Amino acid sequence: MNLEEKLKSGKFVITSEIGPPKGTNIMPHIEEAEHIKDKVDAFNVTDLQSSVMRLGSLATSRLLIEKGMEPVFQMTCRDRNRLALQSDLLSASVLGVRNVLILTGDHTVLGDHPQAKPVFDLDSVSLLKVASGLMKGKDMVGNDLDGIPDFFLGAVVSPGYEPQELQILKMERKIEAGARFFQTQAVYDLVAFENFMKQASKFRVYILGGIVLLKSAAMAKFMNENVAGVNVPEKYINMMATADKKDRPKVSVQIAAELIKGMKGLCSGIHIMPLGWAKYVPDVLAASGF
Amino acid sequence: MLITEIKKKEDIIEIVKDKKVLVLKCYGCKEVYFPEEEIDSLLKEIKDYVKEIARFDYICREEFAEKYLRHLERVLKEIESVVVFSCGVGVQVVSKLIPCIPVIPGCDTHYINGFQGITSQDVDCQQCGECWLNITGGICPVTSCSKGLLNGPCGGARDGKCEINPEMDCGWVLIYQRLKKLREIEIIKKAAVNIRDYRLIIESGKGVKNES
Repeated sequence: MNLEEKLKSGKFVITSEIGPPKGTNIMPHIEEAEHIKDKVDAFNVTDLQSSVMRLGSLATSRLLIEKGMEPVFQMTCRDRNRLALQSDLLSASVLGVRNVLILTGDHTVLGDHPQAKPVFDLDSVSLLKVASGLMKGKDMVGNDLDGIPDFFLGAVVSPGYEPQELQILKMERKIEAGARFFQTQAVYDLVAFENFMKQASKFRVYILGGIVLLKSAAMAKFMNENVAGVNVPEKYINMMATADKKDRPKVSVQIAAELIKGMKGLCSGIHIMPLGWAKYVPDVLAASGF
Repeated sequence: MLITEIKKKEDIIEIVKDKKVLVLKCYGCKEVYFPEEEIDSLLKEIKDYVKEIARFDYICREEFAEKYLRHLERVLKEIESVVVFSCGVGVQVVSKLIPCIPVIPGCDTHYINGFQGITSQDVDCQQCGECWLNITGGICPVTSCSKGLLNGPCGGARDGKCEINPEMDCGWVLIYQRLKKLREIEIIKKAAVNIRDYRLIIESGKGVKNES
């Protein structure tokens, strides 16, 4: 069963994430994924995450397929105009990539090439609509395609975003444009997440709650100050702060497991962003009852 | 030099019909092209809804606009919508001064080069040639959003500030707040998926539209 079929069947799915490296040394990342592939249903491949120039998401997605894993190809609108975006969607299709997660993307000035031209010719909503059009055999100006791609389209949503009504409105627009599943920004507050799900459960889409493994109290504080929509509660910051350095992974696993158990009845699955701590993902899953 | 083009007649009529409307026309710049005849012919068609027509010079200048609008205080209490025939800066200045009344652009602005500097410092018009102010509460998404997004905010804003600069307000949060104030939040939900047409930009120095 592929990701869509699993979600349809009601299985609580688990996705994780690979961030391609700056350079060609991709094999360690693929091996890291292989190590947990039996427990994870699909792997997102990020698209020049944080606007840093890296190995591409499409090539990495294809490598995952060759190793028997299912990729979720992430696509941002930062670096390509509408011709290149449509062309890459067609390329993804012929390379066997079906799951596409569409995002607007971080601004270029936040990355390591701040001098670059930010493209944003399309945005998450318009690219979703364009991808849906390709699936109906038409490019965005209405020309017929010779060979029609098929995608399972996804998007992102940030449950902790303020104002929430605006975030829900945007989510609704993404759904109308063709998004069938959503992965969320990192969740640390289950009450806030439940409140968000009350709003979002009226939509007929699959929602995977986001999990980011905390590495330290400093990382938690950094995210609270700098990452939109993320609020790590004091109690988790204290747990990380009081743990010995060698015990931090254990505490982090415990926190993630608590969150995952709490999310289990609320949404269709989880999306774990290990940010370099992929080796602890099996522990997280075991502690969460998977 | 100013080049504007009147918006599609049917679109304006659709917005103003059955409402009491104030029309503002700006004659400040010595235009190469300001669609005066088309405006007057449109105004004839919507005359049943038009409560008053006022003529301005340099409505883009906030202190002028404020004085003009003060003279219209009585009318402003009676109308439901304002249609502004000016460049994109003028429309935004008016919408900023009367945030509780929907302000509709009557024109698309293609070219205002040579006039920046005397206009408002707070709002800007990038002369995209397809004015979006009617669906964004009079706040321009092209110039107030660092990514120029037309279909809602990205996820990057924190506390209403832009991801690239904590000093800068997120344009879409401002648009959301303005639409809330106008009780027109449904506009975001109902809007078509918007995509720019870059042919409508007149490149500086060429002085002509990129027709292709």
